Amino acid sequence: MADLSTDFVGIKSPNPFWLASAPPTDKEYNVRRAFEAGWGGVVWKTLGLDPHVVNVNGPRYGVIHGADRRVLGINNIELITDRPLEVNLREIKAVKRDYPDRAMVVSVMVPCEEWAWKEILPKVEETGADGIELNFGCPHGMSERGMGSAVGQVPEYIEMVARWCKQTTRMPVIVKLTPNITDIRHPARAAHAGGADAVSLINTINSITSVNLDAMCPEPMIDGKGSHGGYCGAAVKPIALNMVAEIARDPATAGLPISGIGGVTTWRDAAEFLALGAGSVQVCTAAMTYGFGIIKELTAGLSEWMDRAGYDNIAAVTGRAVPNVSDWKNLNLNYVTKARIDQDLCIKCGRCYAACEDTSHQAIGMGPDRTFEVIDAECVACNLCVNVCPVQDCITMERLPAGATDPRTGRVVPAEFGDWTTHPNNPAAHAAE
Amino acid sequence: METGRTTPGVVAGRLPPDAYETNFADLHPRYDPHEAHVAADRCYFCYDAPCITACPTAIDIPLFIRQIATGLPEAAARTIFDSNILGGMCARVCPTETLCEEACVREAAEGKPVEIGRLQRYATDTLIGAGVHPYTRAAPTGRRIAVIGAGPGGLSCAHGLARRGHDVTVFEARPRPGGLNEYGIASYKTPDGFAQKEVAWLMQIGGITIEYGAEIGRDRSFDDIRAAHDAVFIGNGLRGVNALGLDGEDMAGVEDAVDFIARLRQAGDRAALPVGRDVVVIGGGMTAVDAAIQARLLGAQNVTMVYRRGAERLNASVYEQNLAQINGVRLITGAVPVRLHGDRAVERVEFAYTSDEGGRLVTMNDGFWLPADQVLKAIGQVMQPLTADPEAALDLDGTKLRTAGTGAVPSHPGVFAGGDCTASGEALTVTAVAQGRDAAAAIHDYLTDAQPAQKEPA
Ligand SMILES: Cc1cc2nc3c(=O)[nH]c(=O)nc-3n(C[C@H](O)[C@H](O)[C@H](O)COP(=O)(O)OP(=O)(O)OC[C@H]3O[C@@H](n4cnc5c(N)ncnc54)[C@H](O)[C@@H]3O)c2cc1C
Ligand SMILES: Cc1cc2nc3c(=O)[nH]c(=O)nc-3n(C[C@H](O)[C@H](O)[C@H](O)COP(=O)(O)O)c2cc1C
Ligand code: SF4
Ligand code: SF4
Ligand code: SF4
Repeated sequence: MADLSTDFVGIKSPNPFWLASAPPTDKEYNVRRAFEAGWGGVVWKTLGLDPHVVNVNGPRYGVIHGADRRVLGINNIELITDRPLEVNLREIKAVKRDYPDRAMVVSVMVPCEEWAWKEILPKVEETGADGIELNFGCPHGMSERGMGSAVGQVPEYIEMVARWCKQTTRMPVIVKLTPNITDIRHPARAAHAGGADAVSLINTINSITSVNLDAMCPEPMIDGKGSHGGYCGAAVKPIALNMVAEIARDPATAGLPISGIGGVTTWRDAAEFLALGAGSVQVCTAAMTYGFGIIKELTAGLSEWMDRAGYDNIAAVTGRAVPNVSDWKNLNLNYVTKARIDQDLCIKCGRCYAACEDTSHQAIGMGPDRTFEVIDAECVACNLCVNVCPVQDCITMERLPAGATDPRTGRVVPAEFGDWTTHPNNPAAHAAE
Repeated sequence: METGRTTPGVVAGRLPPDAYETNFADLHPRYDPHEAHVAADRCYFCYDAPCITACPTAIDIPLFIRQIATGLPEAAARTIFDSNILGGMCARVCPTETLCEEACVREAAEGKPVEIGRLQRYATDTLIGAGVHPYTRAAPTGRRIAVIGAGPGGLSCAHGLARRGHDVTVFEARPRPGGLNEYGIASYKTPDGFAQKEVAWLMQIGGITIEYGAEIGRDRSFDDIRAAHDAVFIGNGLRGVNALGLDGEDMAGVEDAVDFIARLRQAGDRAALPVGRDVVVIGGGMTAVDAAIQARLLGAQNVTMVYRRGAERLNASVYEQNLAQINGVRLITGAVPVRLHGDRAVERVEFAYTSDEGGRLVTMNDGFWLPADQVLKAIGQVMQPLTADPEAALDLDGTKLRTAGTGAVPSHPGVFAGGDCTASGEALTVTAVAQGRDAAAAIHDYLTDAQPAQKEPA
């Protein structure tokens, strides 16, 4: 059986699944039940200085639903903890004492002044917590007050605060990044430069989930007004995966540990984050949607997959796909494929035809008896038909072997690798001589 | 002893009073909005969708389903009505398992088609329920058209003509409109007086007058009607019924299934409807199934449907056969009635087994008896000629009217026909609607092309 135990910058947990800093980790009651259910760790809901913040008293979430009201994404306008600091600290201490084997990371957000960090960190340290996470990500409310993503969007501030924290505490420092920025590598480099032990990402994405067309107001609506909120859940996973990969393959941050967050809903999502460089994953929306019980599927699934794929431990998975994350210019242009339709599986819906005929390359022919066939002389192998076909594996991509002639271009497929950097059409290409 | 299922004879009130409402409730209740969204999401929005091809009225099914999915069932209803003005009734009564849903690619994929009929009902109910009629009448043309029969064919044609600004008079033999929607379709398919509600909604277009109790060929002559109108549409359905041709067909307890059903459909209080303890239904089509099931629902103890040929030749779809069996109807195939026994009232039926010898049905010597206090004959309906005069008689194809593709009756210029009375298409509500709709377009063309609208002299 694969070993799921995790050592992330010295923070140990029986599995790599942590609950992200959010309502699931907002208080002792929740966290105890999460640990009983099997979660490997938590990042406690972000602490701030007293007087504690207050939340809106109307709805704080908006949602994007699939047809069967499946939750695809949630956004929120919740702030950091709205309970007194002392209460949180007392609870953190009590829980950590009773669950010494679980990761107890505490999220912190205070004003961008040195005294504030120096004041709160010793108090956190006193609880016996394993580490801290600096919340530079919250994109709503707190950012208006110069905290959260307002800090996370200025690399110099990140570096400065990270440095203060490293000077003040013995605990590992994780910097949680905001995705509300153009190039995620800059804040990651700043955290690294400031001495942070790790980064975690992503926090939520600035968003308006929907507009109430009767009231002409964004949701969630508070007395006729709405404000932007942070988007999370399955819908944000692709964005999060890319940002994790960008940091993992950036030479400036190579080897910087990453806690992957954003849309983790199943074991497979977690495995993908690990493969792209994460050493642990954090979950919020999936737990808020289904409850703590999903941890059983997450751990059992990850373990089962690791056994089948032959990975003994988490470290063996971390970063496995990073070498294959490349730039476009380095993709092999001599890799030529054609779509193939399995006529036995085809149910004749014609979606491939509509997609290709109307919006792509007119490479699917429709016979009088609704037989759909790929016209190799037109197929550019874009994959759109594969994506829109409702039947799994009905359309596949088949590689043309070297030496074959591509009927679309009339050219023989070369055996050797050839990318854009050496392509004759590239004005900047320097033929390798 | 109290009256119950086992009380002999043809008696009323076999069931506890509250059982009738349950038994005759909606077979497929209307979706709630969430169910509709989930069902609509299953549609793939196929290219040149096979379901459209399979619908006799060619409703743009993927479009209306997408409109439901995006939260506008009213727009979906308009899409449906654009092709099928009786889309509300069709949604309830179409044998979708042999039409649109059979052709649905998800039937091929996983044996579970998109539930097109129920989605269609969800959409159409929204607009009809709100009393919104989405069409307006064109400026009056002054043309007058007679429509014979207020069934789905006649109503569809009348609406199409009225919309184009023509004045339509519908001559209907019965006291109420709807044809078999009102008198024939099984109660549980169209409960709560929907047939009448739908006609009232359809009539909102204006320009249509219905004369009830006006049987052409009896109360009025076909020729008079024809002479008094610019064009005529015949949608008189199949009023006649086939007889068994056996002695004793006039005994008490023996009747045509369509009459039994019509009585049931018109009954105010079903508990007051007499039904036999041992009911024998003869036939293998939709009418036989409907009569058999409804006899059971009224409290008959034993209902047996007997069909002369093998099960594979049954006209009723597999879905309907299953429905019959779920409702406790016994199905016997390969037997014909050879004698009705009884004194004044029928007591039992004698059957002979048959064998199919290369398509020819041969009656065997061997057979069986079934006790019967009620025998319902459902062995086919026939068209009743509108005129006894052989000179004026309309051209037939077999026993039904011969029509061109547009519904025109070639032998009689200006006369069109559609629905069950014609030889083309399956005898279904949706076919009648399609033919009525197309005939309206053809009549309009006929009136505008063949006889240019009267102009003021120059
Ligand atoms: C018991 C039964 C159950 C059925 N169930 C279904 C079902 O579930 N689904 C389905 O799709 N189809 C079903 N059908 C078939 C369907 O009802 C018919 O195909 C459809 O009603 C045909 O429409 P129509 O307008 O041609 O004729 P009809 O509905 O028969 O209407 C004809 C109208 O013309 C009137 N009329 C007749 N003669 C004259 C005259 N001389 N002068 C004036 N008026 C006249 C009649 O009174 C009637 O109102 C069923 C049929 C029966 C008998
Ligand atoms: C209601 C809500 C409140 C949140 N509050 C915090 C917070 O206080 N501190 C923080 O660092 N992140 C907060 N987050 C962000 C989550 O920790 C996490 O980064 C984000 O939801 C993405 O993960 P997910 O897709 O698994 O939900 C919050 C998210 C939600 C939904
Ligand atoms: S999309 Fe797939 S199932 Fe549909 S016609 Fe094309 S190949 Fe067949
Ligand atoms: S009218 Fe009947 S056949 Fe046509 S789509 Fe509707 S339910 Fe299906
Ligand atoms: S065939 Fe089925 S899936 Fe395709 S458009 Fe019609 S209802 Fe939708």
